[in-house]
Amino acid sequence: MCLAIPGQLLHWTETGALRARGMVQFGGIARECFMACVPEAEPGDYLLVHAGVAIGRIDAAHAALLLAELAALPAEDSFAGDSGKDSGEDNGDDSGDDSGSGAAAGGER
Amino acid sequence: MKYLDEFRDPELARRLLREIRERTTKRWTLMEVCGGQTHSLLRHGIDAELCEVVELIHGPGCPVCVTPVELIDQAQRLAMEPQVLVTTFADMLRVPGSQRSLQETRALGGNIRAVYGPLDAVRLAREDRLREVVFFAVGFETTAPATALALRHAIDEGLRNFSILAAHVRVLPVMEMLARDTRCRVEAFLAAGHVCTITGMEAYHQFATDHHLPVAVTGFEPLDLLVGIQACIDQLEQGMARAVNCYPRSVESAGNPHAQRMVESVYEIADMEWRGMGLVRQGGYRLRESLREYDAEHRFGALAVTDRLPIVGSSIAPSPPAVCLSGDVLAGRIKPSACPSFARQCRPEHPVGAPMVSSEGACAAYFRYAVAEEPWEGG
Repeated sequence: MCLAIPGQLLHWTETGALRARGMVQFGGIARECFMACVPEAEPGDYLLVHAGVAIGRIDAAHAALLLAELAALPAEDSFAGDSGKDSGEDNGDDSGDDSGSGAAAGGER
Repeated sequence: MKYLDEFRDPELARRLLREIRERTTKRWTLMEVCGGQTHSLLRHGIDAELCEVVELIHGPGCPVCVTPVELIDQAQRLAMEPQVLVTTFADMLRVPGSQRSLQETRALGGNIRAVYGPLDAVRLAREDRLREVVFFAVGFETTAPATALALRHAIDEGLRNFSILAAHVRVLPVMEMLARDTRCRVEAFLAAGHVCTITGMEAYHQFATDHHLPVAVTGFEPLDLLVGIQACIDQLEQGMARAVNCYPRSVESAGNPHAQRMVESVYEIADMEWRGMGLVRQGGYRLRESLREYDAEHRFGALAVTDRLPIVGSSIAPSPPAVCLSGDVLAGRIKPSACPSFARQCRPEHPVGAPMVSSEGACAAYFRYAVAEEPWEGG
């Protein structure tokens, strides 16, 4: 029940603090969702929708960054012995923000 | 779908699995808090892939599973009242109450309908103002903004025939309870990403510091979960304990302030009884005193248990109770397969305990993904 589905805001259908709604595309299905919790969303943004209500916006830059970091990990084929242990991570860096254990941990937002 | 498919990439998952195995010097014990995480871990075989370096304990994060029996019974009593329609999420319909489920009560004439979301319940109230529509509001912090918005809509429209039977629970207080439990062997937590989309990270930093337990906030796709496991193991191997955000595409440090304000406008934090877990301090939400008229329990009062529900004479009369260790499952003390009723008397088509019902229940996940019985090391 905590699952939320990503969908792309196509356009606003109604504005106003409480009544705000927007048409959101989920794969091949478009559905009107309640937008009161994401008033700053713009058409084209990807949203997280839970029980018909958009609860957050998806940060495309963070998503791309994680995938790029994972893609930079040595591939299975190129892996030889223990060389992967020095694959460029700096796990000891404690910068004090939310992020950062290992290759893929995200970042402060 | 975008933001789902790319985070299920098997090649990238293999690379992460290898990284995790290499970095691990001993077998660590992690708890994934949310049932959605449990299902994803089992569905994608991550628990089996990493079983030599990580033991994954399944946490209590299944709102349907922890909804108190008394509230399920109350919803059934309301559904038998003339002019009352009880609405709730479909997951809730098959959860056993003290005598039967909402679904069984519907078969006995109860007026119960599953809805996609709470705003659909408001629409039903709008369409028939002579009918009292009750929304049985279960769910974690993720869901509370939606039910709060629904109530705000009803108030704004002057819908006097809409009310809420509130069973919202808060996840961090139960993590606190587990962390203080001396029987709990958890060394790090995978916290539920969509809860933190609403709440933010602040309280989790304090939790990690107070209990010296690493926390990784994760999403629900395989790569998200593996990144979270890696973040926990890196900290454990280095003796660190911080809360890290491994799901920054959906979780901001401050959470969603609009959603937080929505919740605060309707609910206040309250102690809450969790089914199988007992009383959890500050473990839930209740409607604010000023909104009591929209509280179904207040509006309809305490209805007598047997007012309108037949006890016998039905083909779905309750069977003799079977053993149910769901409390131990929810607290991570045993695996579902260690329960004597698992896959015997207790199956998805005949659930004894709530975790066998819900799409997020650990027992249902074990049953569905055919997890073999394994030796249990702790207690």
